[in-house]
Formats: sequence, structure tokens, C-alpha cells
Amino acid sequence: MDTIVDRRQHPKGKNLGNRQRFVQRARAHIRHAIRENLKRRGITDSESGETISIPRDDLHEPEFVQDARTGRREHVLPGNREFVEGDRIARRSGGGRAGSEGSPEGEGADAFTFELSRDEFLDIFFEDLELPDMIKGRVAAETAAVRERAGFTTDGPPVRMNLERTMRNSMARRVAMGRPTIRAVVELERELARLRAGEIEPPDGRDPADRIAEIETLLARAADRRRRVPFIDPIDLRYNHYERRPKPVTQAVMFCLMDVSASMDENMKDLAKRFFMLLHMFLARRYERVEVVFIRHTQHAQEVDEDTFFHDPQTGGTIVSSAFEEMLRVVDERYAVDDWNLYLAQASDGDDWREDIPRCIAILSERVLPICQYAAYVEVARDGGGPDDPLDASSSELWKAYGGLAESHARFARRRIARPGDIYPVFRDLFHKGAVET
Amino acid sequence: MSAITDASTARTRALFDGREWTLSDLEYIDDAVREIGVGELGLDVYRNRIEIITSEQMLDAYASLGLPHMYRHWSFGKRFARQETLYRKGLSSLALEMIVNSNPAVCYLMEENNATAQATVLAHAAMGHNHFFKTNHAFRDWTDADTILDYAEFVRNYVARCEEEYGVEAVEHTLDAAHALQNHGVDRIAPRQRHTVEDERRRLAERRRYRRETEHELWRVVARPVNEEPAADPDHEAEDRALALPEENLLFFLEKQSPALKRWQRELLRIVRTLSTYFEPQRQTKMMNEGCACWCHYTIMHRLREKGLLSDGAMLEFLHLHSSVVAQPSFDHPRAQGINPYALGFAITRDIERMCTDPTPEDRDWFPEIAGNGQPLETLKRAWSDFRDESFVRQYLSPRVIRDFRLFRLDDDPGEDALVVGAIHDERGYRRVRHALAAQYDPAEYRPRIEVTGADLRGNRQLRLRHAVRRGRTLDALEARRTLRHLATLWGYAVVLEEVDDDTGATVATHRNDAT
Repeated sequence: MDTIVDRRQHPKGKNLGNRQRFVQRARAHIRHAIRENLKRRGITDSESGETISIPRDDLHEPEFVQDARTGRREHVLPGNREFVEGDRIARRSGGGRAGSEGSPEGEGADAFTFELSRDEFLDIFFEDLELPDMIKGRVAAETAAVRERAGFTTDGPPVRMNLERTMRNSMARRVAMGRPTIRAVVELERELARLRAGEIEPPDGRDPADRIAEIETLLARAADRRRRVPFIDPIDLRYNHYERRPKPVTQAVMFCLMDVSASMDENMKDLAKRFFMLLHMFLARRYERVEVVFIRHTQHAQEVDEDTFFHDPQTGGTIVSSAFEEMLRVVDERYAVDDWNLYLAQASDGDDWREDIPRCIAILSERVLPICQYAAYVEVARDGGGPDDPLDASSSELWKAYGGLAESHARFARRRIARPGDIYPVFRDLFHKGAVET
Repeated sequence: MSAITDASTARTRALFDGREWTLSDLEYIDDAVREIGVGELGLDVYRNRIEIITSEQMLDAYASLGLPHMYRHWSFGKRFARQETLYRKGLSSLALEMIVNSNPAVCYLMEENNATAQATVLAHAAMGHNHFFKTNHAFRDWTDADTILDYAEFVRNYVARCEEEYGVEAVEHTLDAAHALQNHGVDRIAPRQRHTVEDERRRLAERRRYRRETEHELWRVVARPVNEEPAADPDHEAEDRALALPEENLLFFLEKQSPALKRWQRELLRIVRTLSTYFEPQRQTKMMNEGCACWCHYTIMHRLREKGLLSDGAMLEFLHLHSSVVAQPSFDHPRAQGINPYALGFAITRDIERMCTDPTPEDRDWFPEIAGNGQPLETLKRAWSDFRDESFVRQYLSPRVIRDFRLFRLDDDPGEDALVVGAIHDERGYRRVRHALAAQYDPAEYRPRIEVTGADLRGNRQLRLRHAVRRGRTLDALEARRTLRHLATLWGYAVVLEEVDDDTGATVATHRNDAT
């Protein structure tokens, strides 16, 4: 007889281990492919996976095979229509013969294409990047309580009674104490009724009256036993027990501050956008929930949505501190510091009203940095001016002013970006394991 | 119609209604199929364990070569990634079923299949393939259906333990190398009774003990027969004899003789070799096996119809499915991929059946021993049990099938500037086409024959291999170099592969890898 098993509910993904080994092996190629792909990505598809094409070489499994270009061989093929014996058929152009493929080097440009899931993509993308250690300490310290199962107790409110455990204890006790089952009683009663009606005789040939008396005694004893050994006893009862355990907060809010004054052109905005996108993806991996707040500023600051943030043509003058004020307002309003991990990313071309700079420094060091996990200032340079060149004549006022801040505050970093190619290195530089000074 | 006359059987309602099915429908279908397969056709099958799975699980099964358990290796992940991409993009569909040659036979059915497809695959796999696995001589000789599932589980655990103990990378390295040689890990002629490293160790210890205990002074003074014909190099010859050279099972040779391998690595080689041997009959009987399964589903579905158990719609659906399975695109069709094993296998099988019951004079000429013998079932069962693809074609491919397929032979000689049509479906060509087609299915033809010829254990331990080049077909040089690299890591010393022409005895190419 055949057996039919429904395995649809069984776990799939038995191949996960194989897949991880495969991705591990292809890592170098994948990393390269991802960097190439990044240039084409927009902020909107940072959530999706990737289709990766990698050269086959490292993933090739060689074996001894005959070279299809040498030796005499015969092929039998179906579907002959007009050929007769002895016909000569010109070889296909390109010098190839039927069944032969590939260049003399074997693989040629043949690539292996497959889908990488979002997690795999990000794992490789952010390989050996970490949130700075110091900050992780603080993340772990910030806690909220959560209720977790913690075994069973013998006492508790009725709603938490664990039926399965209780019945298990009850059954064990009933068996141990020899409580007659209801079925045994019913069977005896049935036998008694039929004996009385004269339908059956006792199997061993005794007098029916003897058997009737015997059964009556048995029934009386059973009833007595059932009364004395209860179905459920208080000692059987078990209750689910819960404990409140502290759990680290795993939500973060990321503030994107950008100067949209007249001096910022589309190109510079695009650079800033890419940096924000990277930071967002990075945070999204570390936290269960990441919210993004976009604040743009001219001489006024304003919270806006993503689209307006990047594409609205509004411009004006520049007062950087207004953006910090706006950020603090939003924090007070919606993001309690105890519940949220705050990240700040500021992008600007470095222009600010001279009078405003001391105000910026003050507000940053006294009010903003103490509540932030990490803050990064990215200066988008127009052209030239290699990243991180402090002696560069083109250094802006803001860059210079932030220099002192960066030295005194470990959670603050500043970097300059001039080309799209700089973004990823700068980002890695910021978050590379052990890169943040303590 | 026979549907009416047969309506008196116990089953009267159709097996299923519409596309949907439930588990109890499946049981009902399976019973009806089995009643015909085992009861009427007398197929000899293992008990089936039918498992309903999702498409993801089918992809999993693909990647682990169909076995429910498989050790972990990146190449399976690669296969999975490839298959998944093709499937998601709709470039290839998944098989409707998969069956494992084991006892009980594990038969996977996809949940996406509709009721007609489930009935068809039950007849195809649970009856057809299953009968073939159980009765075909290649499977009987080379595989052990009773133990394979346990063995696969052992292998998975063993490899996992090795990874824990020696590191994932070291295990992967050894497996990579072993995989490169897995086609050279099968005993071609007949599987020998071979022992594990552990057995061998025990046997040698036993022999030493016996020698010690039975040694006697007297033997030292007994005169020994003089070797009449001293060999050119007696040392070498003795060594070759001790190593049992030449040896064509490269994995076996390395497992036993490699000076560089640790015990667990030898066991890994043995595992790859064992699994390769297990899969060998499937490679050698693919066409027949599918032919047998297609004949079974075709016959059983028609019988179900005759018994009134299939509705008109279901029958039409089945015919559509069947004809797409056994379709044979001609050689110049855009999707042509040579000969479809389902199509050819089914055609030859049906043809044998036809010749037994309704022979033409031509059949009587060509197949006097079976034409008109009136015993199609017995004849088919004999064919299924005693042959493999190559001999099956040689024995049973009839002019009729050659004509139906319009087969022709294309001769390809690199010395010529054009391809030549060597034979077509006419009186002069039948035998030549048949001969060439049989050769095409012969593993000795399409797999290079490579042997270990010497190991020089007293000298620099250079391993010498020889490829017997037949008809000028040399190895792909790049592939050979890459494979030799793997071979050298397993041997631990330099490896040289000479390609020697079988006819002239001249060396046509030499590849080497000096292990570091």
C-alpha cells in the first residue's frame, strides 16, 4: 500500500546552507558587481534585491571532457526532410562545427546570472561596516520591557491555565490511583443489563446470578473509587508563567538635513541623496524600524517629504542653525529620546552666514550631539578639492568650524564628497570597524 | 464503446471532477492507478511514499539531485540559484514529478499540478519509473535501493561533522576536487565488491598477525622457483601489480593509494564515488526509463478511460500533456535539443508492443524472435529489465521508428570542409543509423577513457595518467588543466596526463600539473 504525505507545510529552503556557501564563494565577484550596480540605483529601489551577473570562472566545475572540435564523430539527428546519403552540408560560418561552442579559452564572456536577495545584497554591501562600538553600548543600554514566557507555575489566574499540562498531570494521577474509566463502567453496566434481560450467559458457565452480584459489587466499588479520586485535583493545575524582560530599543530615526540654498545645484543634491540613501540602508539593517525625517533649510528650515526634499526648486539664503532648531522641535514632538536612536546626517556645500556659525556650534555641541547616536556632516564640494584635505584653500567656513567639534566629539564626523565615486569610500570610512576615534 | 461494457467494475464514478484535488482524491486515484499497474499489467514496484510538495521544495529537491538528504556544498547552491532564476523568469518549467530510486520509492508531486496531471504522474513515476528501478539490471547491479536513504543521511551528517572538525574550507576543497573526478569514480564493467579504508586496515592487520603466528624457520631454506623471464624493470612491475594498475576508477585509486590524504578525506572521496555510482544507471538508462514510464502512463490512463473513470475533459487534458512530453522537434527547429529521450523511448516501446501483436513482414524480417509472439507485456518487461540505452537501441530500434523520426546520420570529420550525410532512413541506412545512435548512448563513446598507469612511489611519486584517444578526439585542454589541478591536490605530488592515440600509439598531447 502506498503512503501519501503532505509535505507542503514542511520547511522549505533546505538549500539555505548550500546557498550561503555559494554566495560566500562568489563574494568577491558579487561585491564588484554590486558596486557597479549601485551607480544605477535610485533611493526608491534600495529595498529590492539585485540581479547579479558574475563571470563563471571561480564557480566553474571542471571535468575531463572531449574537445568538441577534434576527432571524427557521427551525430544522429531527427527530422530529415530533403537530405539523401552523401549530401554535403557546409559548416556553419564562424568556423564552429555542430555542437561546438566557446572560444579557445573555454569560458569566454559566458556569465552566470542569478538573483541575490535583499539581505544577501546588503550583507555584502555593508561587509565589515559596523556601528561604532561605543554607540552600540548605548543602544544596548536603552531598553523597554517585554513580556516573555518563563515556564509554568502551580498558581495563577484562571485565564492563564495551561490545559495541556494540567490534563497531563491529571491523567497521570488518575492512572496511578487506579480511577476506573467511564468506559469500563459503561461496559459493566451494559453487561449487567444484558445478563438481567437474559440475553447472554457468563462466558465461564457460572450461574448468571453470581455474575450479576459480582458486577454489582464491582460497580459499587468503581463508583466509590471515582468519587474519591477526582477527575481534576488542585495539584494537577498548571499555569503559564510570564516574566517581564528588558529588551533593547531597536528603532531609529534618521534626520536628513540639507541646504537647498541657491548655491546647491542639482548635481550636489544628487550626491547628498546618494549618501542619505546609503545611510538609510545601513540603518535599516541594524534596526527593526527606521524612520526618516527630511529637513531642508534656506534661511528658514522646514520639514518636508522625500520628493519635495530632493526635487523642489525653492531656494533662498542660508542659515544652518535653523535646521537644527527644526530638528529639535521634531524630536520634542514625536521622537522621545528614551525610545528612539537618533541619527543625523547633514549635507551642505559649506556656505553659511558668518554670524550663524558660532550659533551652529553651540547648538550642535550642547543640544544636538548629546541626544544623537551619531552625526555626520557631509560637505558636497563643487569640484576638485580631494576629500578630507584640511589645508585645501577651498575649505568652507563651516568645514573649518566643524573641525574643532569633530576633535572633541567622538560621535561627530565630517567628510567631503566631490564625485559619486567618493560616496561609498567615504561611507565605509565613516563606519569601518574601529574607524571612529574614541 | 468499451467504457460501457467495463462499467460493471466496483469503481463507477469518475476519479475526480475538474482541476482541483484533495488528499482523499489522490488516494482514490492512486488506488485506481495501482489496480491497473500492478493488478492488470503486473508491474513489479517498490512501495511508494508519495509526498506533496510546493514548487520551492521542488527546487530544493532539484538542487540536491533528488535525494531527500544531501551534504552541503556550494555547487548545489549554484545549481539552485540557476534553476531558480530560470524558473522565476519563466524560461524553464519544473518537472511535474520526481522519484527517488529507493525502497520505499519517494515520489514527489507538485501541488501546482491539476488532478489530471497528478493521475498522469502517478502512473508515470509511481508505476513506470518505479518498476524500472526495481527490475532493470543496471539498477539491480549498481544501486541498493534499500539503503540509499539511510546512506544519504549518513553522508550529510558525516560531511557536517567533518566541517565542524576540519573547517568548511578544507572540506569544500576536497569535495571540489572529488567532484571534478566524479565521472571517473564508477567501475565501468561491473561494480566490484570493494572495501572501505577501515576494512582494508583491519584486513592487513589480520594478515600481519597471521604471518607472525605462522612463521616457521623451515620456510627460509625452501628453494624458490627462479623467475624465468625477468621483466625489464621488476620493481616497477611489482609496484604496478601492487597498485592494481592500470586503474580507470580514479577516485577509487586516490582513495586507496594517495599519499597525501587524511582518513576523513578518503572517506569523502568514497562518498562522492558511491553517490556517483548510485546515479550511474540513471545516466545510462535515461531514454529507456522515460520510455517505460511514458508507456505506463499512456497505457494506464487509457485503461482508466475505458473503465469510465476519466471524464472527456480530463482525457483531452491528458492527451495534451502527453503529446507535449513526447514531442520531437526536428533538428532545424529553433528549440531543437537533439533527440528527446521521452519521445524516442516511448516510440520504441510502443513499437515493440505493436510488433508483438500486429507485425508487418518487415518486422518479421528484422525481429523474428518477437514479431507476432502475442506477448507484448512479457516482451516489454524483458526489454526493460535486461538492457540499457545503448543496447536497447541496438536491439530494438526498428526501421519503422527510424522512418517515423526521419533519423539521419551526419558525419563530422575535421579534415573535411563540409559535413556529410552518412545515412538516412532507407534500406541502406537503417543499420548504420541504428549503429550510430546506439554509439551515441554509449558512455564509453562520450566519456573520455582515462587510466592511472603509474605512480612511481619509490621515485618522485609522479602520478602518470593516460587518456586513450579514440578517433582523434582529444581532451579540451583548458578543462583538462583545471581538472588536473584538482587531481594534483588529491595526489599531493606532480600529475602528468598523456593523451595517446588508440590506433597509432602516438602521444598527441601532454598535460601536467606540478603540485606545490
